[in-house]
Amino acid sequence: MALPDSRLDRDTGDTIVSVKNLKKYYPVGRGLFRRQHALLHAVDDISFEVARGEVLGLVGESGCGKTTTGRMLVRLTNPTSGSIIVDQTDVSSISGADMGPFRQKVQMIFQDPYESLDPRMTIFDIVSEPLNVNHIGNLEQREERVAEMLTRVGLAPPATFMFRFPHELSGGQRQRVAIARALVVNPTFVVADEPTSMLDVSIRTGVMKLLTELREDFGISYLYITHDLAVARYLCDRIAVMYLGKIVEIAGSEEVIRNPLHPYARALISAVPVPDPAIARPVPNVRGGVSKPINPHPRCRFYERCPVAQKVCQDSDHPELREVEGNHFAACHLL
Amino acid sequence: MDALLSVEDFTMHYRTKAGWVQAVDGVSFALKRGQALGLVGESGCGKTSVAMSIMRLLPYNAEIKHGRITLGGRDVYAMASEEFRQVRWKEISMIFQAAMNALNPVYTVGSQIVEAIVEHEPETTEEQARRRVAELFDLVGIPADRADHYPHEYSGGMKQRAVIAMALACNPSLIIADEPTTALDVIVQDKILREMEEIRRRINMSMIYISHDISVIAEVSDIVGVMYAGKLMEIGEADDVFKRPRHPYTYGLMHAYPSILGAKRDLATIPGEPPNLMAPPAGCRFNPRCDRATDECRAVEPKLIKAGPEHRIACHNPVWTPSSGGERVGAAR
Repeated sequence: MALPDSRLDRDTGDTIVSVKNLKKYYPVGRGLFRRQHALLHAVDDISFEVARGEVLGLVGESGCGKTTTGRMLVRLTNPTSGSIIVDQTDVSSISGADMGPFRQKVQMIFQDPYESLDPRMTIFDIVSEPLNVNHIGNLEQREERVAEMLTRVGLAPPATFMFRFPHELSGGQRQRVAIARALVVNPTFVVADEPTSMLDVSIRTGVMKLLTELREDFGISYLYITHDLAVARYLCDRIAVMYLGKIVEIAGSEEVIRNPLHPYARALISAVPVPDPAIARPVPNVRGGVSKPINPHPRCRFYERCPVAQKVCQDSDHPELREVEGNHFAACHLL
Repeated sequence: MDALLSVEDFTMHYRTKAGWVQAVDGVSFALKRGQALGLVGESGCGKTSVAMSIMRLLPYNAEIKHGRITLGGRDVYAMASEEFRQVRWKEISMIFQAAMNALNPVYTVGSQIVEAIVEHEPETTEEQARRRVAELFDLVGIPADRADHYPHEYSGGMKQRAVIAMALACNPSLIIADEPTTALDVIVQDKILREMEEIRRRINMSMIYISHDISVIAEVSDIVGVMYAGKLMEIGEADDVFKRPRHPYTYGLMHAYPSILGAKRDLATIPGEPPNLMAPPAGCRFNPRCDRATDECRAVEPKLIKAGPEHRIACHNPVWTPSSGGERVGAAR
């Protein structure tokens, strides 16, 4: 497997995804007739770019807003405000008729292959559905294309899989079907939401390698959403760390893993268990537990849990992402 | 030193309409007082079935084919069920998988633990039990006043802590923790594992951790057992197993696991998928996926044999062989 380390440099200048000041607020509150809702700031003013051919990892704990971000990028969720440009298309302005072409360019792979595949459809129906919906090819061509995709994702010979149902396949095979379905329309950008977290280790590596190969073969760019930093290190060129709706750090993946700057990123990385009993990890330096960002205080989101917080952190607004070292951005007053 | 728990050649199959599922096959291991055993393996490898066998909580369609399990010298399955009911929870308790959903939503967390204590120790008054709950909450790091709250008022990590407190309630000498932190975020996982280890050391309790995550197992276990398709493939001291994995499956598992430490290395893939346990392959159950398989592996089922002082493997053609001079020559790095 080629290790994706420096691909970013090769592709600079060509941006496929550009997200600016993206926000998603959900009203929460008691009672049907209460006028004044509290707002849960699921995604709160984030900006980032994905270069063509790049894999950007979005990592963070549950509830940090990473899945909401992914869903907004493929327009499964409408943003509260902000702009998303994917491959020259303004995602927020797409309406009815333009949705088809957009969905051909942008696809999503979901976490749970036991829930994302319709149990009453055959594998052929599942993988060819995007072609049907978009009126691509005739039946014969579709069959050919599906066979080609199934072979490509490692379900060979395709004839033995095409007319089976999802329940006849193992978890790893189902996830391969989900990948084939996402890639059958030749998308340029794919949001992958924890595609390997439900799979066993011996199966997972195969799927991770497949995603890497497909990206090389088809030049696909990914937003790879995961809570697993070790997986992100292997698959992603850059990693963005989210905390309560904010991106707190973004840099090349080796850089984030080896030299995390934000106190939260440091704590998160030091909490990842390592498969070596001889190594004693330091205790992650963080206080308390995660809360929900409901009508959050404008100051730094991490303030309550930060082990190094100063007066400036209490008094100022949430810090902007800023380039602390070359191509290494972090949002912290103290850096 | 006497073994607290001993599992000898234990074989348990499930009866289903389609046939017998050979879920646990010839598993043997022993656990001393104060030791932590980590059982690692992928889904369906039989690790939870082993736990349920020890707890004597098997479903009606399970049948023990042979072997025995002894706890403190007493045969678990020779005891009358009323007798074992006294053992369960008092001597041996379990933290179930997805235990955070195991709390009853309509009772306060404290009252559920009080109930468990009073049920198993009839001589304890409710007042005493309530005081015990306060101590337990202190031990696992929940503020004592939270005992009167309902499960929905707890975060995921706190529910997990409450379930650990419940498992500790009757001072057992052994706790089986089945994927105790799997649904939790890493920072919470780290805290809970550290707390559990601290409690274990403090009260010299034994622990069986069950997980699919070899990193978690590496961090908390004294002894590591690797299961595959109902078989114990390799078992030994954690340092030994992780530095010198001998079974090709263990070796593959470790090299398939990405790590955030060290240089970024290529990940190994184990080809194929685990077998159907209704018709496992002849010989070694791992042989169809093993790149070291020989004719012997395809025909003869390997027994667990000694590979070091505290290290046993079930393999005809192990990965690393000690050089001629004897045991434990410098690590094969």
